[in-house]
Amino acid sequence: MSDQNTFLLDGEEIPFVPGQTIMQAAQAAGKYIPHLCWHPEFKPHGSCKLCTVKVNGRFGSSCTMEAATGQNVENRTQELDDKRRTLLQLLFVEGNHFCPSCEKSGNCLLQATAYDLGMMTPHFDHFYPDRPVDASHPDVMLDFNRCILCSLCVQASELADKKFVFVMGGRGMRGRKIIINSESGKLGDTDFAVGDRAASICPVGVILRKRVGFAVPYGERTYDKAPGSALEAAK
Amino acid sequence: MPFELETAPHPEKLKRVAIEPVSRVEGHGKVTILLDDANKVQQVRLHIVEFRGFEKFIEGRPYWEVPVMVQRLCGICPVSHHLAASKAMDQIVGATLTPTAEKIRRLMHYGQILQSHALHFFHLSSPDLLFGFGSDVATRNIVGVAAAQPEIAKMGVLLRKYGQEVIRMTAGKRVHGTGSIPGGVNKSLYAEERAALLKDIYQMVAWSRDAVQMIKGLFEQNLEQYNAFGRFAAHGMGLVRADGAMDLYHGGLRARRADGSTLFDHFDYGRYWDVITEDVKSWSYMKFPFFNALKNSDEGWYRVGPLTRVTQSDFIPTPLADKERQEFLAFDNGSATGATLGYHWARMIEMLHAAESIKDLLHDDDISGRELMATGQRQERGVGVIEAPRGTLIHHYRVDENDQVIRANLIVSTTHNNQAMNEAIRVVAKQYLDGKELTEGLLNHIEVAIRCFDPCLSCATHALGQMPLDVELVAADGTTLDRVLRDMHGVCLRDSPPA
Repeated sequence: MSDQNTFLLDGEEIPFVPGQTIMQAAQAAGKYIPHLCWHPEFKPHGSCKLCTVKVNGRFGSSCTMEAATGQNVENRTQELDDKRRTLLQLLFVEGNHFCPSCEKSGNCLLQATAYDLGMMTPHFDHFYPDRPVDASHPDVMLDFNRCILCSLCVQASELADKKFVFVMGGRGMRGRKIIINSESGKLGDTDFAVGDRAASICPVGVILRKRVGFAVPYGERTYDKAPGSALEAAK
Repeated sequence: MPFELETAPHPEKLKRVAIEPVSRVEGHGKVTILLDDANKVQQVRLHIVEFRGFEKFIEGRPYWEVPVMVQRLCGICPVSHHLAASKAMDQIVGATLTPTAEKIRRLMHYGQILQSHALHFFHLSSPDLLFGFGSDVATRNIVGVAAAQPEIAKMGVLLRKYGQEVIRMTAGKRVHGTGSIPGGVNKSLYAEERAALLKDIYQMVAWSRDAVQMIKGLFEQNLEQYNAFGRFAAHGMGLVRADGAMDLYHGGLRARRADGSTLFDHFDYGRYWDVITEDVKSWSYMKFPFFNALKNSDEGWYRVGPLTRVTQSDFIPTPLADKERQEFLAFDNGSATGATLGYHWARMIEMLHAAESIKDLLHDDDISGRELMATGQRQERGVGVIEAPRGTLIHHYRVDENDQVIRANLIVSTTHNNQAMNEAIRVVAKQYLDGKELTEGLLNHIEVAIRCFDPCLSCATHALGQMPLDVELVAADGTTLDRVLRDMHGVCLRDSPPA
């Protein structure tokens, strides 16, 4: 018998190193726990709740909960995937996600996760929020219609780029938003650069490199090659 | 008599017949007919009652998104919008296309022409032509054609399928692909794709020739009816190549008056507004374009599409189609060139041209080239014009320094043909409805006339007999004199009130 630390994930033993979260251990074992705001390079903050699992019968965010011996973790159960699908539907109706004409289509984690979880309709009434497009930067465009408030751009700009270009601001369902840290509130008035880590961190179609949209044909986009679950588990 | 039936002098005293909907697919159309007490036709109008708003809601969007977004205007000819927008955006990025990019786009376009013309002729119009305009609605559809003449139905289905495969391999998807982007294309043809298309192209050329013979035979058999049906004289406009050849992808604008004299030729479409103005009328959301030189929409309306292109171009640059064109022009001393049903014949000649062009392109190594993109000096304004299956399609955009669209104007084929379609249905109304008791079969003549121009307004009418139709004959005092209902299953019911 091995003295390795393990927990059960959908009945399968998963090894972990003390200090690892359930998500990190699952990732290391090549197991997919659906997620949107979690990224291996940055500190988890458990905001999207898509990675919610049941640990010994209680709900918890797998990206923030530490793995421990004796945990029996339920992940891809009908009950949890149904709840995740509902969370995705809420995200889709809160923003303006027009996949048919979105250049991130095929490279979008939100879209890929919705496919993975079998989301067939938005179910809820659309909010159709009035959100701005910021095209003031010469090389990068921001389309906040698609923002899911994962805050990865905030972390990447702060921790990787040391620039603090993006800030989470406002309150409430309709008030919460990403704010640009410049006097005008425009990206063009910051020192943001197309090579910044924050420029390529967005899991959806908000932060876009200008003038290259649709350059990759069908069949060669990220999630054409394999479903989001397979690619994310392999990260 | 262009406007004799547009507005009746005293409409309040007339009975009203509405054909609504004419279609439920590309916009929502209806026809209203006003009759006097003797059932004489006094007013006929084709109304396009739906407002789409694409020109407005693409404002603020980045220019590279436009070719993908605007093609959602249509599920039948999205490639045409995709390419017209791309051509406009080529100008915005200042690009001159690489040979590979231009040929891949042409291939995509000819695939679109092939599939759209096949769909229009075989699926939507052949039931009328093969069974008669007033024949039983239960069998007057593509399923009826498949039962009565399976070889013809099979030909139509496979021609369309082939065109869609060409689109899929060049654009990425059969409908609403992304292949064409500002300054070029995002893929060329892989070797296996080219081989797969080459395997079947000769059959497609042969079937396209058969299709031309088929419509030619129908004209010969029904000469008098086909020549007279909805016939009217009209000015025409379309793109031609610099040497006067038919070119469905690129060229200069050529316009001729109804008498054949030239109004303008090889006009740079980048300034189309110097020769065309759009008029508006209170009873339709669709505009009425006219030639500036002819002063107003009453005098200057024109038609576009296959009939105009085949008759106005000096030649077709593929041999089989050009031979058919010459036969078409010579047929019965040129009578078919002015017939509304001549649209179908011209359409099949174009389908043959598209098949031949695909064959030629598949033998050109440029379509597998690696040079896909070009750039140049950024511009503020871009105009893209293409000959879509139904006619000239104009996309016009202005883009600001932040790469966002600030203005858009689209003039689609159906808009160019607006007055012409009205004219055709007025002639048909006079020919077939005047003084008669209305029947579902007679009213179908109106739809047959519309179908000659534009399946965007008629494709649902042959959706396996599923178009619901409610025609009401109302007397001046408001009482219903007659009512014909066609349900979702194509069953007709007469609901006449007691006398």
